[in-house]
Amino acid sequence: MNAISVRGLRKTYGGTTAVDGLDLEVHAGEIFALLGPNGAGKTTTVEILEGFRKRDAGEVTVLGEDPAAPSAAWRGRVGLVLQGTGEFDNLTVREIVHHFAGFYPDADDPDAVIARVGLAEKARARTHALSGGQKRRLDVALGIVGRPELLFLDEPTTGFDPEARREFWELVRDLNAGGTTILLTTHYLDEAEALAARVGVIAAGRLVEVSTPADLGGRQDALPTVTWRNPAGGLVHERTATPTALVSRLAGEFGGEVPGLAINRPTLEDIYLRMIETEAAK
Amino acid sequence: MKLALRQGRLETLQFLRSRESVVFTLGFPVIMLAIFASIFGGTEIDGGVTLTQYFVTGMIATGLMTVSFQNLGIWIPIERDRGVLKRYRGTPMPKWVYFAGKVLMILGIAIAETVVLLLMSVLFFGLELPSTAARWLAFGWVSLLGITACTLLGIAISSLARTSRSGSAVVTPIALILQFTSGVFLVFTSLPGWMQSVSAIFPLKWMCQGLRYVFLPDSFAAQEPAGTWELGRIALVLGLWCVAGLALCLTTFRWTAPREG
Repeated sequence: MNAISVRGLRKTYGGTTAVDGLDLEVHAGEIFALLGPNGAGKTTTVEILEGFRKRDAGEVTVLGEDPAAPSAAWRGRVGLVLQGTGEFDNLTVREIVHHFAGFYPDADDPDAVIARVGLAEKARARTHALSGGQKRRLDVALGIVGRPELLFLDEPTTGFDPEARREFWELVRDLNAGGTTILLTTHYLDEAEALAARVGVIAAGRLVEVSTPADLGGRQDALPTVTWRNPAGGLVHERTATPTALVSRLAGEFGGEVPGLAINRPTLEDIYLRMIETEAAK
Repeated sequence: MKLALRQGRLETLQFLRSRESVVFTLGFPVIMLAIFASIFGGTEIDGGVTLTQYFVTGMIATGLMTVSFQNLGIWIPIERDRGVLKRYRGTPMPKWVYFAGKVLMILGIAIAETVVLLLMSVLFFGLELPSTAARWLAFGWVSLLGITACTLLGIAISSLARTSRSGSAVVTPIALILQFTSGVFLVFTSLPGWMQSVSAIFPLKWMCQGLRYVFLPDSFAAQEPAGTWELGRIALVLGLWCVAGLALCLTTFRWTAPREG
């Protein structure tokens, strides 16, 4: 069962092609992370899936319906955390979340939602008095108050400090454990790795690869790099298919501990950047 | 229906908590009335009507236009720019509820505004409340048609502003010019003929004229441009603006800011 299924999606603005034959499948119940540089067509794709933009060509199904003509019932099953924060003038967190809860047929308890996103202490604060991270939490609260089956998180943790980001990840895992399918777009590769079962990379309007974070771009097979400090004090890097053999050779040379020893496999970010560069070179 | 009432409550709350809105939208006509009435005191025009009485009717019309046309033309672009509209669109809320909320807020504020202006005028500036049922009735329909037209035009013009800040730059000059040329600050018939003709295209002139029928003695009808109150024509022009405004709203309204990814 797919929560989202896209085939041959195409969208052009004027003469510029933003999305160029994109295929995508997001399984029901998974967290899927969509990665890609700005201008790759990520936002356009997500906005089409969210029912905010019309497509030029292709087949799109989101929760069994075509988002080009979103019905109220469908809107009730889809939660949105849009890019950027929305500001509601002169209203308190509590007033806004209660108000939005009233739009959904089966809304969650607004006060519980406020507590869940960590805004309980700010429930009576007006929104303009909130910090950037707190405004983002309010956006999350509005996205989940309707108990969505599918939740779009568009760069949700921009402006969060590291601690708030970890708390947010817990919340996302918790929602997912409760059965919510999540489509996450993010510029933080560690976030994609921490949350997503699968990641997809968009470049130049196409989905160039879909994989688990551990396997993306042949990451599992990529050579690890062994780093150590030579007797003169300089750092030495060596990529090798046999790190264990190299380390035991070094241990012999140094007669015990190897100074500054580290063995690293490429991070998701290294792999991602390499993929983007290769795509750009095409 | 319940959704619309909730939306109306929220909008009214937002309005009342915004100091700028209360001061400039609600307060503006009151302050202008106080200033003009103090300057021109008992100056008589013709037909036993003082300039102040004439001015009160114009100020009530201006008040109706400010709370609807200017208010929406300024605030909707801000809400669009801040993503508030997009967030509403992302919920199951029917589209009309958003507009219904605005309309309820405007009606509430307009009634409050009009009552304050009337109280001031009756207590301090010698205005007499209408004595016949026909005039009260006209007060009702002129206000309602006028505010409907201005509301729809406010929604329509909100799509012209490209950013949150340009809303007031679009709307304020239009409102100010119309106030000078439609018989609010100056007696309409004392304006140059071409100016009268141009203003007669827009709703404010007809709202002022309708309210003069409501509040000024019948003898003053002779001072109107056509020599009569032209009630039928008032209803016609305002009605046409309602239709045009609605058509513009339906065809041009945008829920998202023009430049987004």
